[in-house]
Amino acid sequence: MFITPTGEEVFVIDGHTHFWDGSPANQLNVHGKQFIDCFYAYHTSLSPKDKLWPKDQFEKYSAEQMYRDLFVDGPDDMAIVQSTYLTEFYKNGFNTIDRNAEMAKAYKDRFIVNGAFDPRDGERALEYIHYMKETFGIKGVKLYTAEWKGESRGWKLTDPNAYRCFELCQKLGITNIHVHKGPTIIPLDKDAFDVHDVDHAATDFQGLNFIIEHCGLPRLDDFCWIAVQETNVYGGLAVALPFIHGRPRYFAEVISELLFWVGEDKILFGSDYAIWTPRWLVEKFWNFELPEDLKQEHGVDLTPQAKKKILGLNAARLYGVDVEAQKAKLAKGAYAAAAG
Amino acid sequence: MWQRLASVTDPELDESVTDLGFVEHVTVDDDGDVDIVFRLPTYWCSANFAFLMADDMRRAVSSLPWVRKARPQLRDHMVAEQINLGVREGRSFADSLKEFAPGGSLDELRDKFRRKAFERRQEVMILALRGLGYEDPAICRMNLGSFDEVEFTSAEVARQKPRYRDLLIETGLACLPEDRAFVAYEGGPIKRHELVSYLQRLRGVRINMEFNSSLCRGLLAVRNREPVDGKAEPTRSPCGGCGSCAVPSGGQ
Repeated sequence: MFITPTGEEVFVIDGHTHFWDGSPANQLNVHGKQFIDCFYAYHTSLSPKDKLWPKDQFEKYSAEQMYRDLFVDGPDDMAIVQSTYLTEFYKNGFNTIDRNAEMAKAYKDRFIVNGAFDPRDGERALEYIHYMKETFGIKGVKLYTAEWKGESRGWKLTDPNAYRCFELCQKLGITNIHVHKGPTIIPLDKDAFDVHDVDHAATDFQGLNFIIEHCGLPRLDDFCWIAVQETNVYGGLAVALPFIHGRPRYFAEVISELLFWVGEDKILFGSDYAIWTPRWLVEKFWNFELPEDLKQEHGVDLTPQAKKKILGLNAARLYGVDVEAQKAKLAKGAYAAAAG
Repeated sequence: MWQRLASVTDPELDESVTDLGFVEHVTVDDDGDVDIVFRLPTYWCSANFAFLMADDMRRAVSSLPWVRKARPQLRDHMVAEQINLGVREGRSFADSLKEFAPGGSLDELRDKFRRKAFERRQEVMILALRGLGYEDPAICRMNLGSFDEVEFTSAEVARQKPRYRDLLIETGLACLPEDRAFVAYEGGPIKRHELVSYLQRLRGVRINMEFNSSLCRGLLAVRNREPVDGKAEPTRSPCGGCGSCAVPSGGQ
């Protein structure tokens, strides 16, 4: 729970978190090393100095630490933990659903565990979706279109095999499709993080919500254009939000564009933990005000109501979380923990 | 040598590879062979951009009369070997990196980035002129001769002015003093009632480029194990950020 300077309670769902193992012991090859190194560079270049972690802690952290960073020291009420396999880079995967679910088990009512699939697996991808639904009751998945697999350097949401997966997701009620469309970490010539495939998939699967993580940056204009056309396309703020610290004017420009094109009902907060921890992000976001010139130029404002939606209410709607009931449950849990 | 290298830009950031600190060192042997060792912000930086920069370095340095061979050597990159070999042997990007299934030619990519550079520099100039009190119609009909006479006090705007002018000449969009100084990249004037929406689009171009630029500089600084300290860097932007965004004016 985030308490504002005026004492108001704000319900926070962290829409984008990870419980990864990028440690040298789990690295399969140089790509695995370079991948976590690149994440660490994001962490060090955009975090406030007093929030920096040592490298070995960043490579692998405990479930207890994650819980503390998000919910005890941090303001999150709930967190969506995403699964990213990267089995070509890591022996046991980077953060598989099994690892995430195991971690989440110990902290009742705190985590929403999302799955992942790779349509290039064909039939096996469909079987895996069934397995995740039956075993973990998932409501969402995280897709990583630039993941390497054998000779392939990525895939598109519009691939026929991807469509078969979406049909199944729609049927099983796995309605929230988070797609990494952001900075090019693993590049392709044609750029596997290009956002245009979202347009077609969102049109063809009206029963699904497409949450575009990192808002398509650095292709913000393309993303905004698509989000305007498609009612079921949302933007996740992970990676865009940390600019609020080092480059507030830049963040103001990005959020103004998003508010104008996408709207306050379709933007989701995400810390991208453990790249960044949520406390400083939420505090800075709550205290942030749009500069007057941008307010006037775009005709938008980042009001307290808009901030509440972005910080939790929008994600609650997508995941069917009854905020009042959830607050009561968490309060009871905290009481039980304190009493125990 | 360094002047020639400085003319090579990172296509995505529109900044010189030497200013960005990509070039680590250059060695010249007695036969006039030149080795240019360079690193990019991450191991994952886009293969085609890396190839483009290596090829541009080779071209720039080879144009010196005493140079026999110019050999760019990219280090610590996922496809460094293929790029170094391809550029050294004068192969195309498509031949050098088959697994990346390149769609377009490198020249198409060059043009795409020249357009972005043009639009980004142009936005700087238009906003600066507005800042000096020029009305939109006056900006739209300003010719190259009048543009040349405008003096800008901001160091960043003054730096961008000749860079914008260079691209006008290079693209043939304006050459003579009576030619319009502000035209669309496809050619043709910008109509005064369209300037507001035109600038909105240019802002979109800048927001995307700044995102990359800001991340790249941060990542490069980390990679080079330099302290990332905003205060230690020259601040050219109003936000006090990374100094790369080239915005002449703004609210905050």
